[in-house]
Amino acid sequence: MNLKPWMTLAVAGFAGAAFAQDSSTLSIEGEAMVTETAAPAHMENVDTIYSGWRFRSTETQALETDDFDNPAFVFVDQGIDLFDKVDGTEGKACSSCHENVEDFAGLRTQLPRVQDGELVTMENLINDCRTERMGAEAWKWSKGPMTAMTALIGLQSRGMPMDVAIDGDAAPFWEKGKELYYTRVGQLDMSCSNCHEDNYGVMIRADHLSQGQINGFPTYRLKNAKLNSIHGRFKGCMKNIRATPFAEGGDEFKALELYLASRGTGLSVETPSVRN
Amino acid sequence: MASGVKPRVKVPKTAAAGEAITIKTLISHKMESGQRKDDDGNVIPRSIINRFTADFNGQNVIDVTLEPAISTNPYFQFEAIVPESGEFKFTWYDDDGDVYDTSKKIEVS
Repeated sequence: MNLKPWMTLAVAGFAGAAFAQDSSTLSIEGEAMVTETAAPAHMENVDTIYSGWRFRSTETQALETDDFDNPAFVFVDQGIDLFDKVDGTEGKACSSCHENVEDFAGLRTQLPRVQDGELVTMENLINDCRTERMGAEAWKWSKGPMTAMTALIGLQSRGMPMDVAIDGDAAPFWEKGKELYYTRVGQLDMSCSNCHEDNYGVMIRADHLSQGQINGFPTYRLKNAKLNSIHGRFKGCMKNIRATPFAEGGDEFKALELYLASRGTGLSVETPSVRN
Repeated sequence: MASGVKPRVKVPKTAAAGEAITIKTLISHKMESGQRKDDDGNVIPRSIINRFTADFNGQNVIDVTLEPAISTNPYFQFEAIVPESGEFKFTWYDDDGDVYDTSKKIEVS
């Protein structure tokens, strides 16, 4: 792989500067995060994978290093309240069964996964609990309560390496996700790989293209001041290439989520991250 | 009644006398400006935090007037030189009359 221009710049710009926090090492609340690692074997065209954090400006990067400065924690707080809030006909809250939210440590790293022949994401698991155990209404995929809850549960895995299963039952879903990743769609006739594999690190208009890693989701975006779900982000990408987005929570996006998660194997979970 | 309002404050637990410490505060609030209209064209009434104060041991340190142009979840960060151990009290005043406050102790050695 050629040394991309942005990397050379980053090295030159920060060489000799004695910042505790430079543009290539991320530690959140004192805990070191892996933002760069060797690509998993199944990735043919990329040698090194980078967290989206590496592609952001110094100011945006700094927001993620401190939980007080990270605006996403307003929503994590909402998630904590929701976790204890009784809802539905059974008179239960999340905490009625799951006593300690910290028990979810590690869950985020393994999702999406195959359960009873179906690919399930964290949103599916939460809504299954809500409809079947609590007798409550399912939350909308990308709305406030859902992203607050996925942020809270994902946060418990922060710092752990992404590690989804792609063999066995998951293999057909993964293959489907891979096919979607490399399929050109929309009026601009582009696939995910055209930007996030062929051109990461270069500018797309005023913004740096990242590798499209999903290790920091749900992510707080400065542009809309809220948490954004993975599928919501996929929709945004598809609109940008003037394609008709797939449905949030649909089979296509779930397969794509699995494939993308597998492309980030080894990167630390940064949930909830801050991006522009 | 504004919903989902929650103050958050970060004050160091200890400090040296005469040292400038950084205090960060944030309150989650939707800060409805009073300029927007809903789907039916009716003006959404103003609902903002209009005043923020910080007191140290009963003495006022900071008193801020907030205006409608200030965006969601107002954040204040300031430095303070703390002469003695004591307690910071932070207070936010809502348009609807609600008052939210929170306190943090600090040890000065």
